Amino acid sequence: MTDTISEEVTEEQRPLGVYTRPKGGNGWRDWITTVDHKKIGILYGAAALFFFIIGGIEALLIRLQLATPNGTVLGADMYNQVFTMHGVTMIFLAAMPLAAAFANYLIPLQIGARDVAFPRLNAMSFWVFLAGGIFINLSWLLGGAPDGGWFGYAPNTGVIFSPSVGMDFYAIGLQITGIASLVSAINLTVTVLNMRAPGMTLFKMPVLTWMLFVVQLLLVFAMPVIAVALFLLMFSRQFGANFFNTEMGADPLLWQHLFWIFGHPEVYILVLPSFGIISEVIPTFSRKPIFGYDFMVFSGIAIGFMGWGVWAHHMFVSGIGPLSVAAFSLSTMFIAVPTGVKILNWIATMWGGRVKFSSPMLFSVGVISMFTIGGLSGVTHALSPADTQQTDTYYIVAHFHYVIFGGIIFGLFAGLYFWWPKVFGHMLDEKMGKINFWVMLVGFNMTFGPMHVLGLQGMSRRIDTYSPGFGFEAWNMVATIGSFIIALSVLIFLINVVTSVKKARGKPPCGPDPWDARSLEWMTPNPTPEHNFDEIPTVESLDEFWHRKWGTDDEGQIVRVATAEEVCQKGTATGVHLPSPSYWPLIFAIGLPLLGLGLIFNLWLTLPGGILIVTALYAWIFEPVDDPDGPHGDHHEVNEEISEGASDV
Amino acid sequence: MSEETTTGLSHNKLAMWVFLGSECLLFGALISTYLLYRNKFYDGPAPGDIFDIPFTSVSSFVLLMSSLTMVLALAAIQRGDIRNNRLWLLTTALLGAVFIGGQVYEFTTFIREGLGYTTSPFSSAFFTLTGFHGVHVSLGIVMLMSLLISSYRGKLTQKNSETVEIIGLYWHFVDVVWIIIFTVIYLVPNPTS
Repeated sequence: MTDTISEEVTEEQRPLGVYTRPKGGNGWRDWITTVDHKKIGILYGAAALFFFIIGGIEALLIRLQLATPNGTVLGADMYNQVFTMHGVTMIFLAAMPLAAAFANYLIPLQIGARDVAFPRLNAMSFWVFLAGGIFINLSWLLGGAPDGGWFGYAPNTGVIFSPSVGMDFYAIGLQITGIASLVSAINLTVTVLNMRAPGMTLFKMPVLTWMLFVVQLLLVFAMPVIAVALFLLMFSRQFGANFFNTEMGADPLLWQHLFWIFGHPEVYILVLPSFGIISEVIPTFSRKPIFGYDFMVFSGIAIGFMGWGVWAHHMFVSGIGPLSVAAFSLSTMFIAVPTGVKILNWIATMWGGRVKFSSPMLFSVGVISMFTIGGLSGVTHALSPADTQQTDTYYIVAHFHYVIFGGIIFGLFAGLYFWWPKVFGHMLDEKMGKINFWVMLVGFNMTFGPMHVLGLQGMSRRIDTYSPGFGFEAWNMVATIGSFIIALSVLIFLINVVTSVKKARGKPPCGPDPWDARSLEWMTPNPTPEHNFDEIPTVESLDEFWHRKWGTDDEGQIVRVATAEEVCQKGTATGVHLPSPSYWPLIFAIGLPLLGLGLIFNLWLTLPGGILIVTALYAWIFEPVDDPDGPHGDHHEVNEEISEGASDV
Repeated sequence: MSEETTTGLSHNKLAMWVFLGSECLLFGALISTYLLYRNKFYDGPAPGDIFDIPFTSVSSFVLLMSSLTMVLALAAIQRGDIRNNRLWLLTTALLGAVFIGGQVYEFTTFIREGLGYTTSPFSSAFFTLTGFHGVHVSLGIVMLMSLLISSYRGKLTQKNSETVEIIGLYWHFVDVVWIIIFTVIYLVPNPTS
């Protein structure tokens, strides 16, 4: 951008030019002001891995406490805090944002867009999530962490039974991360509906984008329900409202219903991204198109719908009555059908394919097998008489870890290995990746497999210790050893990242298509250039990228028609206008935890918080839609029609 | 900003629709909570004893009329009539403010009559549900006033009439929700003590 051009900028081109927007550039300032969906995706991933490690350390503490009878590592009170924060951290601060990382990075690329619909809102979602995560963890230092379980059952989480400020941090902190999820969900919903490349009909979208789209819709409708539950809890604790005051006739089931109406869709919010990821990985490494694409998509949609009709299976022993129990028993068995369809389709995709077990594929097969175990133990809960025996025992803990760890964390790791070259331009080490997988698989099964037995033997959840002589000792020790093997596998992953980054330093990026992949995101070079596509591709078929590389000859044999280098864009385009960075999303996000601290400790603190939020919102609105004379790392003509696809709100 | 979108709807308008879909469940959960507790008035005032239905009917009528003026504001800006647009935006905001004033009056009367926020599960649920709705109306008034200010700064023209339309969507939604809340809270026969 030369000086002569910026002199040509008139007031008219700066419609609301009260504030100038920060310039693009490098360094930390670039990261805190970025509105680039790829950078935001990386930020999400980094923050999620950070919280994943914190949650993992909490898990290790739990396992140390339970390794032997009469454990003394943690006291009872500390144990409550640690297991609560383990659940809260892993679900809201690790698994959800890691899925959000994939959604942010990959949805625009897979549908052939330059960014999400609202780049600044996207940045805001990330910073608000991070602010919420830090806010909840501040409770460790400010009077005690939440201690009522991640599900926070009221009235048990009222001031009487949970007098520390922990549950206040829980109620307000999850409200903050909820804002982030909701805003991001609206943003990505609009992105998928509105910003698809020419020819990219809904049923030409990759399965991953489809599953993420279903997840965004689930978030749109589930987040307000947990928001109400958290508001009721917060008002009860802060202002003495009587929503959970059973002495006045309040219903103790109210919280459970509200929480699980959110909580069960939440299970699918967590698991569908992983299903999407392995639906991309398995066809690539089986060298076959996905088996039954339509079934895959519709079963995902069916899971999304049916996920709303099964929440009370979390409450079979809470006295909801035989009719409700029977109805929810049935609906829970029904939801196993679309899930089974998916598992069948993945296996059928591999059937007869030329399967190559690279590390992403290994993790994907891990999902199929481990999730199936978790799904089968889930069916045993659907049978309410059996569930009455299993409720609140370690059998439940075993079940949901097979679903969440086996079904989700394995899938997310598959995604990390698969798209690492896409994001960073170099591969992760294959050999270490395979070791990573096998160590994790062994550790995982050693940790959670024995919990089935422990649960059926009668060991209950959430107890801080147990006496010797019940036959719990051996299996608990095995589980504790297993948990440290999982920790080792995560360590191997981190070492793999560090050594691979070191090895790649100073070398040219890897080729554009390391896996012979199928979908649109691989048509951009690795790592993805800031503007994504040089030219928005026109889509003709599902697996567009693959069909541009491969065709059929006269005898119907599949032959290569073009190399990946020929098909892949060069990433050298100029003249692409990108949205300008902005400070306001970050400033808005800083205001929220101040507001929360104010509500808990001193109402005066809400004042700076509120001022920051209002200022940020209005500054955001009056920020020029795009700084016409600012450099964006690109070279465009000032008078060019602005905005390539992304409206900048 | 002219741009092509897949659905033909602008990003902003589509986002507002999705957001309103989400709001349905927010109010759905609050209304369910209220329905669960409308009989749980402990030893405080019962809903049937305390509600002043004629008064609330009037303020509800005022709020519904504000939807009409909102439509007129949009129609004005769409044909480029800035003066009438300002007039109707202001009227809409004022009608909203009258409704909020009525709610403040109602709340203070109830508190004087012994129905505080912490009196019973019923009172907590009542104030929370109507309070949430009141906050929504108040935010709507702030948005309308922001539109007015930007109109006086010359930024609100026929070209960006869609902004008025989108805020109008929000305003109508809040009105429609009130119809449901009004029916559920006031019109359904209420228990007396």
